[in-house]
Amino acid sequence: MGAGHGHHLHYHGHSPVHRLPAHAKLVALLLFVAAVVGTPRQALWAFAGYAVLLLGAMVIARVPAAYLLRRMIVELPFVVFAVLLPFIAVGPRVAVGPLSLSEAGLWGAWALLSKGTLGVGAAVLLGATTEPHELVRALDKLRLPQPLVQIAAFMLRYLEVILAELDRMRIARESRGFTARSIRHWPVLAATLGALFIRSYERGERVHLAMLSRGYTGRMPFAADLVATRQQWLTALALPLVGAGVCATAWAAGMP
Amino acid sequence: MSTPVLDLRGVAYAYPDGHQALFGVDLHVHRGERVALLGPNGAGKTTLVLHLNGILRSGAGTVRISGLPVAPDNLMEIRRRVGVVFQDPDDQLFMPTVRDDVAFGPANLGLSREVIAERVESALRAVGMLDFADRPPHHLSFGQRRRVAVATVLAMEPEILVLDEPSSNLDPAARRELAQIIESLEVTVLMVTHDLPYAVQLCERSVILSGGIIVADGPTPDLLADEPLLARHRLELPYGLDPRGLGPRAGSRPAG
Repeated sequence: MGAGHGHHLHYHGHSPVHRLPAHAKLVALLLFVAAVVGTPRQALWAFAGYAVLLLGAMVIARVPAAYLLRRMIVELPFVVFAVLLPFIAVGPRVAVGPLSLSEAGLWGAWALLSKGTLGVGAAVLLGATTEPHELVRALDKLRLPQPLVQIAAFMLRYLEVILAELDRMRIARESRGFTARSIRHWPVLAATLGALFIRSYERGERVHLAMLSRGYTGRMPFAADLVATRQQWLTALALPLVGAGVCATAWAAGMP
Repeated sequence: MSTPVLDLRGVAYAYPDGHQALFGVDLHVHRGERVALLGPNGAGKTTLVLHLNGILRSGAGTVRISGLPVAPDNLMEIRRRVGVVFQDPDDQLFMPTVRDDVAFGPANLGLSREVIAERVESALRAVGMLDFADRPPHHLSFGQRRRVAVATVLAMEPEILVLDEPSSNLDPAARRELAQIIESLEVTVLMVTHDLPYAVQLCERSVILSGGIIVADGPTPDLLADEPLLARHRLELPYGLDPRGLGPRAGSRPAG
């Protein structure tokens, strides 16, 4: 809490990518991911093309590669699954060194890894170049239903408050000589979470009262005032448009 | 005298679980006054505050704000006239940026974009937080957040500012800064507190709420010098403070 820019995803900067309006970037991300996902997995060159495009965007954004890589760790469970796939999938098998692997499994693993990595990389880049509250505004601008936008906004606002509360509770526990080490300590952690839930619930009620006191009637009073010029749209959509071209070429080349 | 800004007559309230918190409160506050509402924990102070803007509706008695009765038909106007600053600024500040949060109340009033922008600017200037308009609230210090919370209701141009424990959790410097801000405002103030030095510093008049009724009403220095009265209602001056040495600060406004 308090001072400092505490958001973990955003990398502060002033590159051309940072300056683009959030809703344009969000649309660009969706289209780029759609193009990647829609590409036949045998078109290896297409994925190389996507990777070059994405790396280009990362270079323009001037976000350090190490920063992005660390945040791509969220992909890890999928990587594990992708590694397992050639072993557990059925069908014709090929020998790779001493191992006998499923051919369909290998293709599946390749598709999962390549498409997943490109998608996660693009999403992490969006997160790194866009302030979190700008993303919420973007969702509002793109007409996501109001309740969902409000839930996202409140989550963003109160996540740090609740994490700070959780941290204070942990410190208070440890100050009385308790450190969670084994499964036998889980009941204590569960009690902490229960207390945190009740506190958060009560805070929700207090926030609601404070909102009513300022005339809240159930609707957020203003729409996001994000604007993007034609030039900004074109810049943002350059990535997915080239991506769509790659995708279309891959399909055309794959036709018999 | 003119119509009081705040006019409570015989206000009684019992919570749905049967616990009665208020037993007939009579209270008048006139334009330009700064009144401290003193009382121990559990005296019904917060319950009373929630009656002032119609969050709670009294079982008996009436609440009028500048002559307008608190009734379902005019809740929006009542909430414009009564600005409540709650104790925990994290309850009050829920929007992504300071500017959005201060704009929330005026936007609920249906004001135009230009008027909202003017209101936001003047309210933030009044509390010395204009430079922080585009910061997320959770990046501010506690004292700064409380000042922004005051700005969120100032932007609605209320006729009476109700502050719930304004000095709680503030360090000495933040406490003094907030006092200076309150003194600089041209608005009627009802300050709910059990911080007696703060009451005498800022408020020429005090009332004591205890056991759900007003038990004393008079100039703050007189009430605080009446040790038996304070003791009967679980109030006391901090150690070492001599009530005879307490008086209205030089330069503070005269009553009325």
